[in-house]
Amino acid sequence: MNIVVCVKQVPDPETPASQFAVDEAAKRVIPAQGIAPVVNPYDPQATEAALRLRDAAGEGTITVISLGPDSARDAIKHALAMGADEGILLSDPSFEGIDNFQTAAILAETIKKVGIPDLILMGRAAADWDMGVVPIGVAQLLDIPCVTVAKAVEVGDGNITVERVLDDGFETVETTLPAVVSVSNEFGEPRYPQLRQIMLAAKKNVEVWDKESLGLDPASVGSDNRLLALEALYVPKVESNVEVIQGDSPEEKARNLALKLREAKLI
Amino acid sequence: MSAILVIGELNEGVVASHTFELLAAARSLSDAGGGDVHALVPGDSSVGQSLFGGGADAVHVATNQLLQTELTVDAFLPPVLNVIENTGADIVLIAQTAFGRDFGPALAFNLKAAVAMECTGLTLDGGRLQATRACYGGSARAEVKWGSSVQIVTIKPKTLDALATDDSRSGEVTEVSEVGEARVKILGTEKAEATGIRLEDAEVVVSGGRGLGEPEAFGILEELGNLLNGATGASRAACDLGWYPPSQQVGLTGKTVTPNLYIAVAISGASQHMAGMSGSKNIVAINRDEDSNMVQSSRFAVIEDYKKVIPALIEEIKNLG
Repeated sequence: MNIVVCVKQVPDPETPASQFAVDEAAKRVIPAQGIAPVVNPYDPQATEAALRLRDAAGEGTITVISLGPDSARDAIKHALAMGADEGILLSDPSFEGIDNFQTAAILAETIKKVGIPDLILMGRAAADWDMGVVPIGVAQLLDIPCVTVAKAVEVGDGNITVERVLDDGFETVETTLPAVVSVSNEFGEPRYPQLRQIMLAAKKNVEVWDKESLGLDPASVGSDNRLLALEALYVPKVESNVEVIQGDSPEEKARNLALKLREAKLI
Repeated sequence: MSAILVIGELNEGVVASHTFELLAAARSLSDAGGGDVHALVPGDSSVGQSLFGGGADAVHVATNQLLQTELTVDAFLPPVLNVIENTGADIVLIAQTAFGRDFGPALAFNLKAAVAMECTGLTLDGGRLQATRACYGGSARAEVKWGSSVQIVTIKPKTLDALATDDSRSGEVTEVSEVGEARVKILGTEKAEATGIRLEDAEVVVSGGRGLGEPEAFGILEELGNLLNGATGASRAACDLGWYPPSQQVGLTGKTVTPNLYIAVAISGASQHMAGMSGSKNIVAINRDEDSNMVQSSRFAVIEDYKKVIPALIEEIKNLG
Protein backbone atom coordinates (compact mmCIF):
# COMPACT_ATOMS: atom_id res chain seq x y z
CA MET A 1 0.00 0.00 0.00
CA ASN A 2 1.80 3.10 -1.25
CA ILE A 3 0.54 6.42 0.01
CA VAL A 4 1.44 10.03 -0.67
CA VAL A 5 0.65 12.52 2.10
CA CYS A 6 0.73 16.24 1.28
CA VAL A 7 1.43 18.54 4.21
CA LYS A 8 1.76 22.30 4.56
CA GLN A 9 3.47 24.64 6.97
CA VAL A 10 1.30 27.55 8.15
CA PRO A 11 1.52 30.42 10.67
CA ASP A 12 0.33 29.12 14.06
CA PRO A 13 -3.51 29.53 14.08
CA GLU A 14 -3.41 29.98 17.87
CA THR A 15 -1.42 33.21 17.42
CA PRO A 16 -3.18 35.75 19.70
CA ALA A 17 -5.19 38.35 17.76
CA SER A 18 -2.95 41.08 19.23
CA GLN A 19 0.14 39.58 17.56
CA PHE A 20 -1.38 38.88 14.18
CA ALA A 21 -0.27 41.48 11.62
CA VAL A 22 -0.31 41.89 7.87
CA ASP A 23 2.07 43.74 5.55
CA GLU A 24 -0.63 45.34 3.40
CA ALA A 25 1.79 46.52 0.72
CA ALA A 26 3.33 43.08 0.25
CA LYS A 27 -0.08 41.40 0.87
CA ARG A 28 1.58 38.99 3.27
CA VAL A 29 1.25 37.99 6.91
CA ILE A 30 4.15 39.26 9.06
CA PRO A 31 5.50 36.30 11.06
CA ALA A 32 4.69 36.86 14.76
CA GLN A 33 7.81 37.35 16.93
CA GLY A 34 8.78 34.17 18.71
CA ILE A 35 5.89 32.10 17.33
CA ALA A 36 7.22 29.45 14.97
CA PRO A 37 5.15 28.27 12.01
CA VAL A 38 3.48 24.91 12.55
CA VAL A 39 2.24 21.94 10.57
CA ASN A 40 -1.25 22.74 9.29
CA PRO A 41 -3.55 21.39 12.07
CA TYR A 42 -5.43 18.95 9.82
CA ASP A 43 -2.29 17.44 8.26
CA PRO A 44 -1.11 15.21 11.14
CA GLN A 45 -4.53 13.52 10.88
CA ALA A 46 -3.80 12.77 7.21
CA THR A 47 -0.40 11.34 8.21
CA GLU A 48 -2.06 9.33 11.00
CA ALA A 49 -4.54 7.87 8.51
CA ALA A 50 -1.65 6.91 6.21
CA LEU A 51 0.26 5.21 9.03
CA ARG A 52 -2.76 3.16 10.13
CA LEU A 53 -3.49 2.04 6.56
CA ARG A 54 0.13 1.14 5.81
CA ASP A 55 0.47 -0.77 9.07
CA ALA A 56 -2.83 -2.61 8.50
CA ALA A 57 -1.63 -3.59 5.01
CA GLY A 58 1.70 -4.73 6.47
CA GLU A 59 3.68 -3.21 3.63
CA GLY A 60 4.08 -0.06 1.59
CA THR A 61 5.76 3.31 1.54
CA ILE A 62 4.47 6.64 2.76
CA THR A 63 5.95 9.58 0.87
CA VAL A 64 5.43 13.01 2.38
CA ILE A 65 5.38 16.01 0.06
CA SER A 66 5.35 19.64 1.06
CA LEU A 67 5.41 22.75 -1.10
CA GLY A 68 6.89 25.74 0.65
CA PRO A 69 10.03 27.57 1.70
CA ASP A 70 13.02 25.79 3.21
CA SER A 71 11.39 25.94 6.68
CA ALA A 72 8.61 23.65 5.39
CA ARG A 73 11.17 20.87 5.83
CA ASP A 74 10.00 20.90 9.48
CA ALA A 75 6.47 19.92 8.41
CA ILE A 76 7.94 16.96 6.49
CA LYS A 77 10.18 16.02 9.43
CA HIS A 78 7.14 16.00 11.70
CA ALA A 79 5.43 13.43 9.46
CA LEU A 80 8.66 11.40 9.23
CA ALA A 81 8.91 11.42 13.02
CA MET A 82 5.34 10.14 13.18
CA GLY A 83 6.47 7.20 11.03
CA ALA A 84 6.33 8.19 7.35
CA ASP A 85 9.10 6.82 5.12
CA GLU A 86 10.27 9.43 2.64
CA GLY A 87 10.09 13.18 2.19
CA ILE A 88 10.16 15.55 -0.76
CA LEU A 89 10.27 19.32 -0.37
CA LEU A 90 9.03 21.32 -3.36
CA SER A 91 10.83 24.60 -3.08
CA ASP A 92 11.61 27.28 -5.61
CA PRO A 93 11.67 31.08 -5.39
CA SER A 94 8.99 31.18 -8.08
CA PHE A 95 6.61 29.14 -5.86
CA GLU A 96 6.17 32.06 -3.48
CA GLY A 97 2.77 33.73 -3.66
CA ILE A 98 1.23 31.21 -6.05
CA ASP A 99 -2.47 30.34 -5.92
CA ASN A 100 -4.12 27.00 -5.18
CA PHE A 101 -4.49 26.25 -8.90
CA GLN A 102 -0.71 26.26 -9.33
CA THR A 103 -0.18 24.43 -6.03
CA ALA A 104 -2.45 21.62 -7.19
CA ALA A 105 -0.71 21.52 -10.58
CA ILE A 106 2.77 21.30 -9.02
CA LEU A 107 1.64 18.61 -6.54
CA ALA A 108 0.01 16.62 -9.36
CA GLU A 109 3.22 16.81 -11.44
CA THR A 110 5.26 15.67 -8.44
CA ILE A 111 2.93 12.75 -7.76
CA LYS A 112 3.16 11.65 -11.42
CA LYS A 113 6.93 11.75 -11.14
CA VAL A 114 6.92 9.74 -7.90
CA GLY A 115 4.46 7.29 -9.48
CA ILE A 116 0.71 7.39 -8.79
CA PRO A 117 0.30 5.69 -5.39
CA ASP A 118 -2.72 3.72 -4.17
CA LEU A 119 -3.90 6.66 -2.12
CA ILE A 120 -3.19 10.38 -1.75
CA LEU A 121 -4.07 11.93 1.63
CA MET A 122 -4.21 15.58 2.66
CA GLY A 123 -5.73 17.69 5.41
CA ARG A 124 -9.23 18.99 4.63
CA ALA A 125 -7.97 22.57 4.20
CA ALA A 126 -4.98 24.71 5.12
CA ALA A 127 -5.39 27.06 8.07
CA ASP A 128 -3.90 30.00 6.16
CA TRP A 129 -6.16 30.45 3.12
CA ASP A 130 -8.98 28.21 4.44
CA MET A 131 -10.03 27.04 0.97
CA GLY A 132 -9.92 23.22 0.79
CA VAL A 133 -9.45 23.39 -2.97
CA VAL A 134 -6.11 21.60 -3.47
CA PRO A 135 -7.22 17.98 -2.74
CA ILE A 136 -10.03 18.29 -5.29
CA GLY A 137 -7.74 20.00 -7.77
CA VAL A 138 -5.07 17.31 -7.55
CA ALA A 139 -7.74 14.62 -8.09
CA GLN A 140 -9.17 16.46 -11.10
CA LEU A 141 -5.71 16.93 -12.65
CA LEU A 142 -4.83 13.25 -12.11
CA ASP A 143 -8.36 12.24 -13.22
CA ILE A 144 -8.98 10.11 -10.14
CA PRO A 145 -11.85 10.23 -7.62
CA CYS A 146 -11.80 12.48 -4.58
CA VAL A 147 -13.52 12.15 -1.21
CA THR A 148 -13.25 15.09 1.17
CA VAL A 149 -13.53 15.68 4.93
CA ALA A 150 -13.00 12.09 6.05
CA LYS A 151 -13.48 11.01 9.65
CA ALA A 152 -12.68 7.34 9.05
CA VAL A 153 -11.16 5.33 6.19
CA GLU A 154 -11.04 1.63 5.40
CA VAL A 155 -9.23 0.15 2.43
CA GLY A 156 -10.60 -2.93 0.66
CA ASP A 157 -9.52 -4.74 -2.47
CA GLY A 158 -8.92 -1.89 -4.92
CA ASN A 159 -11.40 0.37 -3.21
CA ILE A 160 -11.77 2.58 -0.18
CA THR A 161 -14.72 3.21 2.14
CA VAL A 162 -14.79 6.62 3.73
CA GLU A 163 -17.00 8.00 6.46
CA ARG A 164 -17.21 11.73 5.84
CA VAL A 165 -18.55 14.68 7.77
CA LEU A 166 -21.62 16.48 6.38
CA ASP A 167 -23.22 19.73 7.56
CA ASP A 168 -25.74 17.83 9.68
CA GLY A 169 -24.32 14.36 10.11
CA PHE A 170 -22.19 11.76 8.40
CA GLU A 171 -22.12 9.92 5.09
CA THR A 172 -20.44 6.69 4.10
CA VAL A 173 -19.10 6.54 0.56
CA GLU A 174 -17.08 4.10 -1.49
CA THR A 175 -14.76 4.71 -4.40
CA THR A 176 -12.03 3.00 -6.38
CA LEU A 177 -8.30 3.39 -5.83
CA PRO A 178 -6.22 5.32 -6.63
CA ALA A 179 -8.05 8.24 -5.05
CA VAL A 180 -7.49 11.46 -3.15
CA VAL A 181 -8.96 11.64 0.35
CA SER A 182 -8.89 14.78 2.50
CA VAL A 183 -8.97 14.17 6.24
CA SER A 184 -10.80 16.20 8.88
CA ASN A 185 -10.14 16.85 12.56
CA GLU A 186 -12.94 14.41 13.41
CA PHE A 187 -10.53 11.61 12.40
CA GLY A 188 -9.18 11.72 15.94
CA GLU A 189 -5.92 12.44 17.69
CA PRO A 190 -2.79 11.81 15.64
CA ARG A 191 0.11 10.09 17.40
CA TYR A 192 2.68 12.35 18.98
CA PRO A 193 6.26 11.65 17.85
CA GLN A 194 8.58 10.44 20.60
CA LEU A 195 12.00 12.00 21.11
CA ARG A 196 13.79 9.00 19.63
CA GLN A 197 11.64 9.15 16.51
CA ILE A 198 12.25 12.89 16.18
CA MET A 199 16.00 12.25 16.31
CA LEU A 200 15.78 9.46 13.75
CA ALA A 201 13.65 11.64 11.47
CA ALA A 202 16.21 14.44 11.72
CA LYS A 203 18.73 12.11 10.06
CA LYS A 204 16.39 11.07 7.24
CA ASN A 205 17.11 12.65 3.89
CA VAL A 206 14.53 15.04 2.48
CA GLU A 207 14.88 15.50 -1.27
CA VAL A 208 14.42 19.00 -2.59
CA TRP A 209 12.83 19.44 -6.00
CA ASP A 210 12.61 22.78 -7.76
CA LYS A 211 10.91 24.09 -10.89
CA GLU A 212 13.62 22.63 -13.15
CA SER A 213 13.75 19.18 -11.59
CA LEU A 214 9.96 19.00 -11.94
CA GLY A 215 10.19 20.10 -15.58
CA LEU A 216 7.56 22.80 -15.06
CA ASP A 217 6.84 25.37 -17.74
CA PRO A 218 8.29 28.60 -16.27
CA ALA A 219 5.35 30.54 -17.74
CA SER A 220 2.94 28.45 -15.65
CA VAL A 221 4.28 29.24 -12.18
CA GLY A 222 4.82 32.36 -10.13
CA SER A 223 2.68 34.95 -8.40
CA ASP A 224 2.25 36.79 -11.74
CA ASN A 225 0.44 33.76 -13.13
CA ARG A 226 -2.27 33.55 -10.47
CA LEU A 227 -5.74 32.70 -11.72
CA LEU A 228 -7.12 34.19 -8.51
CA ALA A 229 -5.55 37.62 -8.06
CA LEU A 230 -4.98 38.90 -4.54
CA GLU A 231 -5.97 42.57 -4.65
CA ALA A 232 -5.61 43.29 -0.94
CA LEU A 233 -4.94 41.60 2.41
CA TYR A 234 -5.78 43.33 5.70
CA VAL A 235 -6.83 42.81 9.33
CA PRO A 236 -10.49 43.78 9.88
CA LYS A 237 -11.19 46.35 12.59
CA VAL A 238 -13.45 45.69 15.59
CA GLU A 239 -15.39 48.61 17.11
CA SER A 240 -16.54 47.96 20.64
CA ASN A 241 -19.67 49.34 22.30
CA VAL A 242 -20.08 46.74 24.99
CA GLU A 243 -22.17 47.44 28.10
CA VAL A 244 -20.49 45.71 31.04
CA ILE A 245 -23.16 44.59 33.53
CA GLN A 246 -22.42 45.90 37.02
CA GLY A 247 -23.16 44.31 40.39
CA ASP A 248 -21.56 43.63 43.79
CA SER A 249 -21.83 39.86 43.51
CA PRO A 250 -22.10 37.28 40.72
CA GLU A 251 -25.76 36.83 41.71
CA GLU A 252 -26.47 40.54 41.38
CA LYS A 253 -24.73 40.66 38.00
CA ALA A 254 -26.83 37.70 36.87
CA ARG A 255 -30.02 39.49 38.03
CA ASN A 256 -29.02 42.72 36.25
CA LEU A 257 -28.22 40.79 33.08
CA ALA A 258 -31.58 39.00 33.17
CA LEU A 259 -33.34 42.38 33.61
CA LYS A 260 -31.37 43.93 30.72
CA LEU A 261 -32.22 41.01 28.46
CA ARG A 262 -35.89 41.25 29.38
CA GLU A 263 -35.85 45.03 28.84
CA ALA A 264 -34.31 44.51 25.38
CA LYS A 265 -36.99 41.84 24.71
CA LEU A 266 -34.28 39.25 24.09
CA ILE A 267 -35.78 36.74 26.54
CA MET B 1 -22.83 38.91 -23.15
CA SER B 2 -22.20 38.01 -19.57
CA ALA B 3 -24.56 36.03 -17.41
CA ILE B 4 -24.77 34.74 -13.86
CA LEU B 5 -25.48 31.10 -13.03
CA VAL B 6 -26.76 29.96 -9.65
CA ILE B 7 -26.14 26.28 -8.86
CA GLY B 8 -29.15 25.10 -6.87
CA GLU B 9 -29.53 22.15 -4.55
CA LEU B 10 -32.54 20.25 -3.26
CA ASN B 11 -33.32 19.58 0.35
CA GLU B 12 -35.82 16.73 0.80
CA GLY B 13 -37.30 17.25 -2.65
CA VAL B 14 -37.70 21.03 -2.58
CA VAL B 15 -35.25 23.77 -3.51
CA ALA B 16 -32.91 24.43 -0.57
CA SER B 17 -33.19 27.77 1.25
CA HIS B 18 -29.54 28.59 0.50
CA THR B 19 -30.30 28.44 -3.24
CA PHE B 20 -32.68 31.39 -2.74
CA GLU B 21 -29.94 33.23 -0.84
CA LEU B 22 -27.66 32.76 -3.86
CA LEU B 23 -30.43 34.08 -6.13
CA ALA B 24 -30.58 37.26 -4.04
CA ALA B 25 -26.81 37.72 -4.49
CA ALA B 26 -27.14 37.02 -8.21
CA ARG B 27 -30.00 39.52 -8.52
CA SER B 28 -27.95 42.36 -7.05
CA LEU B 29 -24.98 41.52 -9.32
CA SER B 30 -27.40 41.48 -12.24
CA ASP B 31 -28.74 44.91 -11.26
CA ALA B 32 -25.14 46.14 -11.26
CA GLY B 33 -24.74 45.00 -14.87
CA GLY B 34 -23.72 41.38 -14.45
CA GLY B 35 -26.21 40.04 -17.02
CA ASP B 36 -29.23 37.76 -16.69
CA VAL B 37 -29.64 35.42 -13.73
CA HIS B 38 -29.79 31.75 -14.70
CA ALA B 39 -30.44 29.03 -12.18
CA LEU B 40 -29.84 25.30 -12.49
CA VAL B 41 -31.23 22.79 -10.04
CA PRO B 42 -31.61 19.01 -10.11
CA GLY B 43 -35.29 18.13 -10.50
CA ASP B 44 -38.31 18.48 -12.79
CA SER B 45 -39.91 21.62 -14.20
CA SER B 46 -42.31 22.05 -11.26
CA VAL B 47 -39.34 22.18 -8.89
CA GLY B 48 -37.68 24.70 -11.21
CA GLN B 49 -40.67 27.08 -11.32
CA SER B 50 -40.08 28.29 -7.74
CA LEU B 51 -36.70 29.71 -8.78
CA PHE B 52 -38.35 32.42 -10.89
CA GLY B 53 -40.12 33.74 -7.81
CA GLY B 54 -36.78 33.82 -6.02
CA GLY B 55 -35.18 36.05 -8.64
CA ALA B 56 -34.10 33.91 -11.63
CA ASP B 57 -34.58 35.21 -15.19
CA ALA B 58 -34.09 31.74 -16.70
CA VAL B 59 -34.33 28.32 -15.10
CA HIS B 60 -32.69 25.04 -16.10
CA VAL B 61 -33.40 21.70 -14.48
CA ALA B 62 -31.12 18.66 -14.58
CA THR B 63 -33.73 15.95 -14.91
CA ASN B 64 -31.73 12.78 -14.42
CA GLN B 65 -33.24 10.91 -11.48
CA LEU B 66 -29.82 10.07 -10.03
CA LEU B 67 -29.12 13.77 -9.41
CA GLN B 68 -32.29 14.13 -7.38
CA THR B 69 -31.61 11.21 -5.10
CA GLU B 70 -27.82 11.05 -4.94
CA LEU B 71 -26.15 14.30 -5.94
CA THR B 72 -22.43 13.76 -6.58
CA VAL B 73 -19.77 15.97 -8.16
CA ASP B 74 -19.00 13.68 -11.10
CA ALA B 75 -22.69 13.19 -11.94
CA PHE B 76 -23.56 16.90 -11.84
CA LEU B 77 -20.55 18.24 -13.78
CA PRO B 78 -21.81 17.51 -17.34
CA PRO B 79 -25.20 19.29 -16.98
CA VAL B 80 -23.53 22.27 -15.30
CA LEU B 81 -20.83 22.51 -17.99
CA ASN B 82 -23.60 22.32 -20.61
CA VAL B 83 -25.55 25.20 -19.09
CA ILE B 84 -22.42 27.34 -18.66
CA GLU B 85 -21.59 26.83 -22.34
CA ASN B 86 -25.14 27.52 -23.56
CA THR B 87 -25.72 30.60 -21.42
CA GLY B 88 -22.23 32.12 -21.60
CA ALA B 89 -22.34 32.42 -17.81
CA ASP B 90 -19.14 34.01 -16.53
CA ILE B 91 -20.15 34.20 -12.87
CA VAL B 92 -21.10 30.96 -11.10
CA LEU B 93 -22.50 31.07 -7.56
CA ILE B 94 -22.44 27.91 -5.43
CA ALA B 95 -23.46 27.37 -1.80
CA GLN B 96 -20.68 26.33 0.58
CA THR B 97 -22.44 23.12 1.57
CA ALA B 98 -20.94 19.64 1.90
CA PHE B 99 -21.72 19.28 -1.81
CA GLY B 100 -20.80 22.80 -2.93
CA ARG B 101 -17.41 22.87 -1.24
CA ASP B 102 -16.42 19.91 -3.45
CA PHE B 103 -18.31 20.96 -6.53
CA GLY B 104 -16.90 24.52 -6.78
CA PRO B 105 -13.25 23.43 -6.99
CA ALA B 106 -14.05 20.49 -9.29
CA LEU B 107 -15.90 22.80 -11.69
CA ALA B 108 -13.03 25.29 -11.52
CA PHE B 109 -10.39 22.74 -12.49
CA ASN B 110 -12.60 21.49 -15.33
CA LEU B 111 -12.89 25.01 -16.74
CA LYS B 112 -9.32 26.10 -15.89
CA ALA B 113 -11.00 28.82 -13.87
CA ALA B 114 -10.36 30.18 -10.40
CA VAL B 115 -12.67 29.57 -7.48
CA ALA B 116 -12.86 31.61 -4.28
CA MET B 117 -14.48 29.82 -1.35
CA GLU B 118 -16.80 31.35 1.26
CA CYS B 119 -16.93 34.84 -0.18
CA THR B 120 -18.76 37.83 1.23
CA GLY B 121 -19.24 41.27 -0.26
CA LEU B 122 -19.47 40.50 -3.96
CA THR B 123 -19.22 43.56 -6.21
CA LEU B 124 -18.64 44.25 -9.89
CA ASP B 125 -15.70 46.36 -10.98
CA GLY B 126 -15.71 47.11 -14.69
CA GLY B 127 -17.97 44.12 -15.23
CA ARG B 128 -15.56 41.80 -13.40
CA LEU B 129 -16.24 40.22 -10.04
CA GLN B 130 -14.48 41.32 -6.88
CA ALA B 131 -15.04 39.52 -3.59
CA THR B 132 -13.96 39.62 0.03
CA ARG B 133 -13.18 36.48 1.94
CA ALA B 134 -11.94 35.66 5.42
CA CYS B 135 -8.62 33.85 5.70
CA TYR B 136 -6.04 33.02 8.37
CA GLY B 137 -8.83 31.61 10.53
CA GLY B 138 -10.80 34.84 10.17
CA SER B 139 -7.90 37.02 11.37
CA ALA B 140 -7.49 38.58 7.92
CA ARG B 141 -9.60 39.52 4.94
CA ALA B 142 -8.52 39.08 1.33
CA GLU B 143 -9.91 40.96 -1.65
CA VAL B 144 -9.77 38.77 -4.72
CA LYS B 145 -10.37 39.12 -8.45
CA TRP B 146 -10.44 36.47 -11.12
CA GLY B 147 -7.86 36.08 -13.88
CA SER B 148 -10.00 33.45 -15.62
CA SER B 149 -12.97 34.22 -17.85
CA VAL B 150 -15.35 32.18 -15.68
CA GLN B 151 -15.47 33.40 -12.07
CA ILE B 152 -16.59 30.78 -9.53
CA VAL B 153 -17.67 31.71 -6.02
CA THR B 154 -18.99 29.80 -3.05
CA ILE B 155 -21.09 31.53 -0.40
CA LYS B 156 -21.75 30.13 3.05
CA PRO B 157 -25.47 29.50 3.75
CA LYS B 158 -27.24 31.94 6.10
CA THR B 159 -24.84 34.78 5.38
CA LEU B 160 -27.34 36.46 3.00
CA ASP B 161 -31.10 37.03 3.07
CA ALA B 162 -33.25 35.61 0.29
CA LEU B 163 -35.54 38.03 -1.58
CA ALA B 164 -39.25 38.07 -0.80
CA THR B 165 -40.92 35.63 -3.20
CA ASP B 166 -42.31 37.40 -6.26
CA ASP B 167 -45.17 35.20 -7.51
CA SER B 168 -45.71 37.40 -10.57
CA ARG B 169 -42.45 36.10 -12.03
CA SER B 170 -42.61 32.91 -14.05
CA GLY B 171 -41.18 31.45 -17.20
CA GLU B 172 -40.30 28.40 -19.19
CA VAL B 173 -38.00 25.84 -17.63
CA THR B 174 -35.29 24.32 -19.83
CA GLU B 175 -34.57 20.66 -19.24
CA VAL B 176 -31.03 19.29 -19.31
CA SER B 177 -30.80 15.52 -19.47
CA GLU B 178 -27.06 14.87 -19.22
CA VAL B 179 -25.55 13.10 -16.27
CA GLY B 180 -21.98 12.07 -15.51
CA GLU B 181 -20.77 8.76 -14.20
CA ALA B 182 -20.56 8.85 -10.43
CA ARG B 183 -17.18 7.54 -9.34
CA VAL B 184 -18.01 7.96 -5.67
CA LYS B 185 -20.91 5.82 -4.48
CA ILE B 186 -22.95 6.90 -1.46
CA LEU B 187 -23.57 3.87 0.78
CA GLY B 188 -25.55 5.61 3.50
CA THR B 189 -26.08 8.76 5.51
CA GLU B 190 -26.62 9.30 9.18
CA LYS B 191 -28.06 12.42 10.80
CA ALA B 192 -26.14 13.80 13.73
CA GLU B 193 -28.11 13.41 16.94
CA ALA B 194 -29.35 16.87 17.71
CA THR B 195 -31.06 17.09 21.05
CA GLY B 196 -33.77 19.70 20.67
CA ILE B 197 -33.59 22.55 18.19
CA ARG B 198 -31.17 22.58 15.28
CA LEU B 199 -28.28 24.95 15.90
CA GLU B 200 -28.73 26.81 12.60
CA ASP B 201 -32.44 27.40 13.18
CA ALA B 202 -32.27 28.46 16.82
CA GLU B 203 -33.20 32.02 17.82
CA VAL B 204 -31.06 31.64 20.93
CA VAL B 205 -27.67 29.89 21.03
CA VAL B 206 -25.66 29.28 24.19
CA SER B 207 -22.06 28.28 23.42
CA GLY B 208 -19.11 27.25 25.51
CA GLY B 209 -15.37 27.20 24.90
CA ARG B 210 -12.16 25.85 26.30
CA GLY B 211 -12.43 28.36 29.13
CA LEU B 212 -15.18 26.19 30.68
CA GLY B 213 -12.36 24.00 31.95
CA GLU B 214 -14.35 20.75 31.89
CA PRO B 215 -16.77 18.93 29.57
CA GLU B 216 -19.40 18.55 32.33
CA ALA B 217 -19.98 22.31 32.17
CA PHE B 218 -21.95 21.83 28.95
CA GLY B 219 -24.73 20.36 31.12
CA ILE B 220 -25.52 23.74 32.63
CA LEU B 221 -25.20 25.48 29.26
CA GLU B 222 -27.78 23.05 27.87
CA GLU B 223 -30.04 23.83 30.82
CA LEU B 224 -29.84 27.55 30.01
CA GLY B 225 -30.29 26.86 26.29
CA ASN B 226 -33.39 24.72 26.92
CA LEU B 227 -34.87 27.33 29.25
CA LEU B 228 -34.59 29.91 26.45
CA ASN B 229 -35.87 27.47 23.78
CA GLY B 230 -32.45 27.64 22.21
CA ALA B 231 -29.64 25.35 21.09
CA THR B 232 -26.21 24.69 22.54
CA GLY B 233 -22.98 25.16 20.60
CA ALA B 234 -19.27 24.94 21.20
CA SER B 235 -16.03 26.46 19.98
CA ARG B 236 -13.58 24.54 17.85
CA ALA B 237 -11.21 24.24 20.80
CA ALA B 238 -13.91 22.60 22.95
CA CYS B 239 -14.88 20.18 20.14
CA ASP B 240 -11.25 19.27 19.44
CA LEU B 241 -10.90 18.38 23.12
CA GLY B 242 -13.86 16.03 22.68
CA TRP B 243 -16.05 17.99 25.10
CA TYR B 244 -18.94 18.45 22.68
CA PRO B 245 -19.99 16.83 19.35
CA PRO B 246 -18.35 18.28 16.21
CA SER B 247 -21.83 18.73 14.69
CA GLN B 248 -22.41 21.49 17.29
CA GLN B 249 -19.24 23.39 16.47
CA VAL B 250 -19.76 27.07 15.71
CA GLY B 251 -17.04 28.74 13.70
CA LEU B 252 -15.05 28.87 10.53
CA THR B 253 -14.71 25.10 10.38
CA GLY B 254 -18.18 24.55 11.86
CA LYS B 255 -21.68 26.01 11.65
CA THR B 256 -22.57 29.59 10.88
CA VAL B 257 -25.33 30.82 13.17
CA THR B 258 -27.18 34.13 13.15
CA PRO B 259 -29.52 33.92 16.17
CA ASN B 260 -31.27 36.86 17.80
CA LEU B 261 -29.34 36.13 20.99
CA TYR B 262 -25.91 34.48 21.22
CA ILE B 263 -24.56 33.81 24.70
CA ALA B 264 -20.82 33.08 24.61
CA VAL B 265 -19.62 31.46 27.81
CA ALA B 266 -15.87 31.32 28.48
CA ILE B 267 -15.04 31.89 24.81
CA SER B 268 -12.20 34.34 24.19
CA GLY B 269 -13.32 35.10 20.65
CA ALA B 270 -10.50 33.74 18.51
CA SER B 271 -11.25 34.66 14.94
CA GLN B 272 -11.92 30.98 14.22
CA HIS B 273 -15.05 31.19 16.41
CA MET B 274 -16.12 34.75 15.51
CA ALA B 275 -16.35 33.75 11.85
CA GLY B 276 -19.29 31.47 12.69
CA MET B 277 -21.34 33.74 14.95
CA SER B 278 -20.44 37.39 14.35
CA GLY B 279 -23.69 37.74 12.38
CA SER B 280 -25.68 37.17 15.60
CA LYS B 281 -28.02 40.08 16.26
CA ASN B 282 -27.20 40.36 20.00
CA ILE B 283 -24.12 38.91 21.66
CA VAL B 284 -23.79 38.38 25.41
CA ALA B 285 -20.35 37.46 26.74
CA ILE B 286 -19.74 35.80 30.07
CA ASN B 287 -16.01 35.85 30.58
CA ARG B 288 -13.44 36.69 33.22
CA ASP B 289 -11.30 38.69 30.78
CA GLU B 290 -12.77 42.10 29.99
CA ASP B 291 -10.15 42.67 27.27
CA SER B 292 -11.03 39.49 25.42
CA ASN B 293 -12.18 39.86 21.86
CA MET B 294 -15.56 38.28 22.67
CA VAL B 295 -16.32 40.79 25.43
CA GLN B 296 -15.27 43.69 23.20
CA SER B 297 -17.51 42.39 20.40
CA SER B 298 -20.58 41.88 22.59
CA ARG B 299 -23.62 44.06 23.41
CA PHE B 300 -23.76 42.97 27.07
CA ALA B 301 -20.97 41.37 29.09
CA VAL B 302 -20.63 39.94 32.57
CA ILE B 303 -17.04 39.88 33.80
CA GLU B 304 -17.21 36.95 36.17
CA ASP B 305 -16.62 33.24 36.62
CA TYR B 306 -19.35 31.50 34.60
CA LYS B 307 -19.75 28.87 37.33
CA LYS B 308 -21.19 31.53 39.62
CA VAL B 309 -23.15 33.46 37.02
CA ILE B 310 -24.95 30.82 34.94
CA PRO B 311 -26.82 29.05 37.81
CA ALA B 312 -27.89 32.47 39.14
CA LEU B 313 -28.93 33.58 35.66
CA ILE B 314 -31.05 30.45 35.24
CA GLU B 315 -32.82 31.21 38.54
CA GLU B 316 -33.38 34.86 37.63
CA ILE B 317 -34.84 33.97 34.23
CA LYS B 318 -37.18 31.45 35.90
CA ASN B 319 -38.26 34.14 38.38
CA LEU B 320 -39.00 36.57 35.55
CA GLY B 321 -41.28 33.91 34.12
